[in-house]
Formats: sequence, structure tokens, C-alpha cells
Amino acid sequence: MTYFRSHILVCNDPECVEKGSLNLMTALQAELAAKGLADEVKVLETPRIGDCDKGPEILVYPENYHYIGLSAADIPFLVEEQFLKGRPVASLLAPPKREEVQELREPTAKEVRVVLRNCGKINPENIEDYIAEDGYSALAKVITSMDSDQVIDTVKNSGLRGRGGAGFLTAMKWGFTRDAVGDIRYIVCNADEGDPGAFMNRAVLEGDPHSVIEGMIIAAYAIGAQQGYIYCRAEYPIAVRTLEIAIKQARDLGLLGENIFGTDFSFDLEVRQGAGAFVCGEETALIASIEGKRGEPRPRPPFPAVKGLFGKPTNINNVETYANIPQIILNGAEWFAAMGTEKSKGTKTFALAGDVKKTGLIEVPFGITLRDIIFDVGGGIKDDLQFKAVQTGGPMGGCLPEESLDLPMDYEKLTQAGSIMGSGGMVVMDEGTCMVDIARFFLEFIQDESCGKCVPCRVGTRRMLEILTRICEGNGREGDIELLEELSQEIRQDSLCGLGQGAPNPVVSTLKHFRHEYEIHIHEKKCPAKVCRALISYEIDPDNCVGCTLCARNCPVDAISGEAKKTHVIDPDTCIRCGICSQVCNYNAVNVTT
Amino acid sequence: MTVTTKESRDVIKTVDEVVDEFHARSEELIPILMKLNQELGFISSETLERISTRMHIPQSQVYSVASFYHMINTKPTGRHIIKFCESAPCHVAGGREVWDAVQKELGIKPEETSNDGRWTLKTTSCLGVCAVGPVMMVDDDIYGNLTPNQLPEIFAKYE
Repeated sequence: MTYFRSHILVCNDPECVEKGSLNLMTALQAELAAKGLADEVKVLETPRIGDCDKGPEILVYPENYHYIGLSAADIPFLVEEQFLKGRPVASLLAPPKREEVQELREPTAKEVRVVLRNCGKINPENIEDYIAEDGYSALAKVITSMDSDQVIDTVKNSGLRGRGGAGFLTAMKWGFTRDAVGDIRYIVCNADEGDPGAFMNRAVLEGDPHSVIEGMIIAAYAIGAQQGYIYCRAEYPIAVRTLEIAIKQARDLGLLGENIFGTDFSFDLEVRQGAGAFVCGEETALIASIEGKRGEPRPRPPFPAVKGLFGKPTNINNVETYANIPQIILNGAEWFAAMGTEKSKGTKTFALAGDVKKTGLIEVPFGITLRDIIFDVGGGIKDDLQFKAVQTGGPMGGCLPEESLDLPMDYEKLTQAGSIMGSGGMVVMDEGTCMVDIARFFLEFIQDESCGKCVPCRVGTRRMLEILTRICEGNGREGDIELLEELSQEIRQDSLCGLGQGAPNPVVSTLKHFRHEYEIHIHEKKCPAKVCRALISYEIDPDNCVGCTLCARNCPVDAISGEAKKTHVIDPDTCIRCGICSQVCNYNAVNVTT
Repeated sequence: MTVTTKESRDVIKTVDEVVDEFHARSEELIPILMKLNQELGFISSETLERISTRMHIPQSQVYSVASFYHMINTKPTGRHIIKFCESAPCHVAGGREVWDAVQKELGIKPEETSNDGRWTLKTTSCLGVCAVGPVMMVDDDIYGNLTPNQLPEIFAKYE
């Protein structure tokens, strides 16, 4: 049997045939023969590659290049470039497929859309769409019939808490800022949604920017501010653009700028972009960034409400906090307070990511259980595997196990369980996840993003990361767990800002709920989830292996040997545990052991 | 005496234009650095010097700010920049295998530029498209639902 280094699959569906694919096949075979490649490249017919309306189309294996719209004239160049020189021809390649994934589906029965109510329904680049949905009516009501006290009281009675993660009572913060000494005040929106796995704010900024703008103007009115900034991370260029368009349209209609609605209340807004620093989501680091400095947090007190941006009283709230305000003003505090639990009122957006079937955004009233979110709204675990853990609150959140699934979503309840609400990111993990690897992974992120200002965070998290890396590499030692616990306590107590204070949470929560995994890594040098590369090995099952050689041909380090039609063998010393052999094997013949 | 080459004059001209656009205000240092990063590819020592002179900020301070933020390059970059999402949701969705394959396919490690000047590889923090993880950006194009075998086709599109 001849082994070909390349296969060309030519689509023979009627549509492609009509466009000349069989002639193409003949031309390919002739050109390959002319170039002496007939023994190395095999041409085959295949049905239904997929893009027949752009045919004729071919697939080149093993690289999986998909060429479309070919004609006989293309063949000589294609053969020379692709098969003689090994260079794919970019101009003939099909554009990469984008899978249709809905980030925001039709709401399920358990959802209530307040913050997300307009997303996907209106054109965010047309202010009139927003106005048609009662947009800016709340502002009109506030400016014409309410004073500062009445606005702050309404927000207070609604029970709204900051949605950025800390959950501080919004009305209280507004009150402090209004009552602080000084003539100049600022309103800032924290749109630096840096939590990996969180994209709720992005949806609102891109889909309904005016809800945030209106909320900010109302806040400015209540607090007595003249200028506002929306600090949006640069990783969200579409959001930045949408905001700038929205601000201009609001200004053009007199909703921003001098004398709003013809009163003597003036307020204007500016967008400021981040530059790629997770720590700038922390309020004092964010302020430093707007001031043109390194994003390093500052000690508090004094709090931003008293001394913030440019040293002036500043109110900083999250995107979602502001987006709730117009609805609270229009529908009333009681309407909002009727949703949620005793201490956590209203709704919250969550972003489901990871091993769950329906990834994407949801908005639910507080009080719903984790189980309902993951298995009802989220549709359960992908491929129906076993649930293992869910991480809430971002990289400074905790991992909660199956026993916690009936926990109601509530600020205090989550903190008691060892996690945090955070901004709403939820990463669901299945049975194939190693919790030690996950803790190490989050700590790596935090180490990368630590601003470096204070020793507990800068040095402490590095030491923790070193210990975790050793454990994952099979060099864990007696006493490592105790050391991790000691370091965690110190870092929590002594760090300057929330990033450092929360940094140990992934480790603390995984130690609490999955301690046995750590112990197995350290004492037995095994990884129960078969993830940590130094602790696993790949073996070929002789009962299933048919000797097709696919694994050997795809192994990046040539660690697999064997003759055709005979059982193959992996050399454990050369194997780098990349898993490619397991992925390409069609006979389930590759086993991972620990 | 410093000899100013044509390239130097271009750099100086570009810095002056951008600084003037933002009225040389010190609070606008980061937007200025981001715009220069985009126009010049990275912030060279020459660029730093000119910013410092125009804005009356010590060079050390300008460098301190430029080097703090991931998205500002202080080293030259290749023709195409790949930003691979290193965050947990992408990792959990199979990102590790794709990340290994990316490094193998390009032959470089993160923060490195390929010898032929074609690629610079960087990690990025969460891009906020976690529903389609694993995710990477090549220049301004986002690719989601990545698997290792899609990579050759994607990279082939960028000369």
C-alpha cells in the first residue's frame, strides 16, 4: 500500500460538478503527474464539503486547507505553491468559518431582563430607538420634578447595590460624594470589565449604551457633578465606538452638555480607554489611569467619594449599576425591591462560560440557586459530563463544589460559602478539570496583573505560584498545603487593594473543597483529573489499535512508532503529553493514565 | 551632535502631531501612547525621548507608564500580532491544546517575534467573547471556537 503525504478531496456534489469539479480533478491529477508528485499526493472524490455555492471546492489534508471557487487556470500555480513548495495560496482559501453562537438568547422562564431589556432589540447607534423604549423619560422626570434628596432616596429604597463586585449600597456612595467638601465633582463609570469570563458589561455597552449614559446623567444631577468619564477597556473597541456615537447623539439632542432640558444643570461625558491592565478595574487604579499614571491603587481612606479623580470627590459605579437607574426611577423603588432576596435586591446579569451547554448572558433575580442557573437556564454540562465545580466572581472568586449548588445567589451567602459575587462571571467546570491546575492558572493570571506596588501581593502571590507549579509538576512536598494556607492569610490581610486581598481565594476555596486532590498530587504524584502533564502518560491500547498510523504521522515529536496494521507504541520519554494522538485516533486506542 | 535620519524625523513629526492633538496635557499620556503605539508599531527610545521633551515629563516616568500597560509595545513587533486569550474560560474550553499548537505552528514563544518579522505572539487578557472560547485575535480579527487543526488555514491568510 502506498502512503501519500497529502490527500486532495474534490467535492463531487451536483452543484460543484456543475461548476466543473470533475474537470478540475482531471486537471489536478495531470498537473501532479507532470510535476512527479503522483506517488505523493492522492486525489479523491468526496461528497458535500460544505460550500458548494462557492464551488468547485477542495480540501487538502493533513493541513485541512479549504480552497474554493477554483478554475482549471488556478491548478498549475496551486500545485506548484501548495504541493511543491508547501505554501498555501491565501487568495484561493475559503474564509474561516464563524460558528453561530448566540450570546444572548430569548430569555428562559426564570429570567427577568432589566439591564439587558433592550440588548439585541434596538439599534444602539440610533438614539431614537432608545427614546422609543422610554429612553430619557427617567431623566426628564428627575430634572423636572425631583430634587437631589428625592433621587437618592429612591435609589436607597430600591436597595440597589454596586454591581461591580463589592456590592456597596449605591445610594450611600452617592450621598457621600454629594456631601463631600468641594465645588467640583466627577462621575466615573467603571467599564473596565477585566474579569475573565465576564462579558455582561460589554453587551450593555454595545447593545444599549444610552441606559448607562442616562444613569450617569441622573447620578450627576443627584450628586452635583459637571463632568463624567466612562473608562472602557481597550479590549472592547466596538463598545468604545458605540459609546462615542451615543454620546454625540445625546449631545446633539441637548441631553448632554450645557443646560440639559433647558435647565441650569450642565453635564458632559467623555470616553477614556484603558490600555490592557486588569488592575485598572480597581477604582483607585482606574482613577490613576485616567490621570495618565501607572494603574496603581492607593490606600483608602480617603475614599474616592471624598478625594478621587484629580483630588476631587468622585462617584465611581459599574456599568450595570448605572444601567439600572433609569428603570428604578421610572418603575419606582418598590418594583425593584420586590425582586431578589432580603439583602440583595433586583436582578443580576451573569455570564456563563466553560463546560456548560448554553454559554452566554443571562439576567435573573437574586435568590435563584446555582443549580437553576447551571442546569435549568444553562442547560446543564456540555456532553452531559459530570459537574465538578463552578467559579463565581472572576479570578478573585472561589470555586464551589456540587454541595453548594443549592446556594441562592446573594452577596452575603456567596461570601459565607467562600466565594464572591464579583461582577457576574461564572466559569463552569466538568469532571475533566484539575482543581490544582485551575488554582495555579488563576494565580498565574493574578501574578501577571499584579501592579507590583505592595509586597504581600507582588511577592506573596509569586511564592504561592511557585509552590503550585511545583505541585503540578510532581515536586510537591510535605508542608506545601500548610504553607499555602499561611501565605493566603497574610496576603489577604495585608494587601493594599482588592486584587491582592482576593488573590488567594481560588487557592483557599479549592483547598477547602478539593483538598484530597492536592494531597494526591503531593503524596502520590498523580493527577486524578488527568490534566497535569508531568503526572500523566499516554499509552496505546493494543486491543483497539488497528495500526492506521494516523497518530504516528501527527505526533509533533515523533514519539510513536509502529508498522502499518500493527499495534503502535508511544515512547514515554519522548512524549510531551500534548494529546494530539488521542484527538486524531478514530479507534479509541489512546488511553491517558496517571 | 545627533544626526537625525529621515526615520527619526518621521518619528518626531508623528509624535508632535499626536501630542498636539491632545494638547500636550499630562493626563492624556496614555491615549497619546496608545495612538503612537498604533501609528509607529511600538514606543521606541526615540519616541519616548520626544514625548518627554514635548510634555515635560521625565523619560523614566513615560517609560514607567508605557511598560505598565500590556497593550503598549516597548519592543518592535512583527507585521502581524497574535493575541491569544489566556483566561480561564478559554483555558477550560480546550485553550491549552490550541495554545501549544499556536506556539508550535509559529515556532515562537509569547512576547517573541519570528525571525522573518511576520509574527509577534502575545497573550491577552479576556476579550469578553467567552461564549466562543478558545479565542485569539490576529491583528483586528477575532477567531473563536478554535481547534488546533484550524490554525494553519487561519495563519495562511496573513502575509
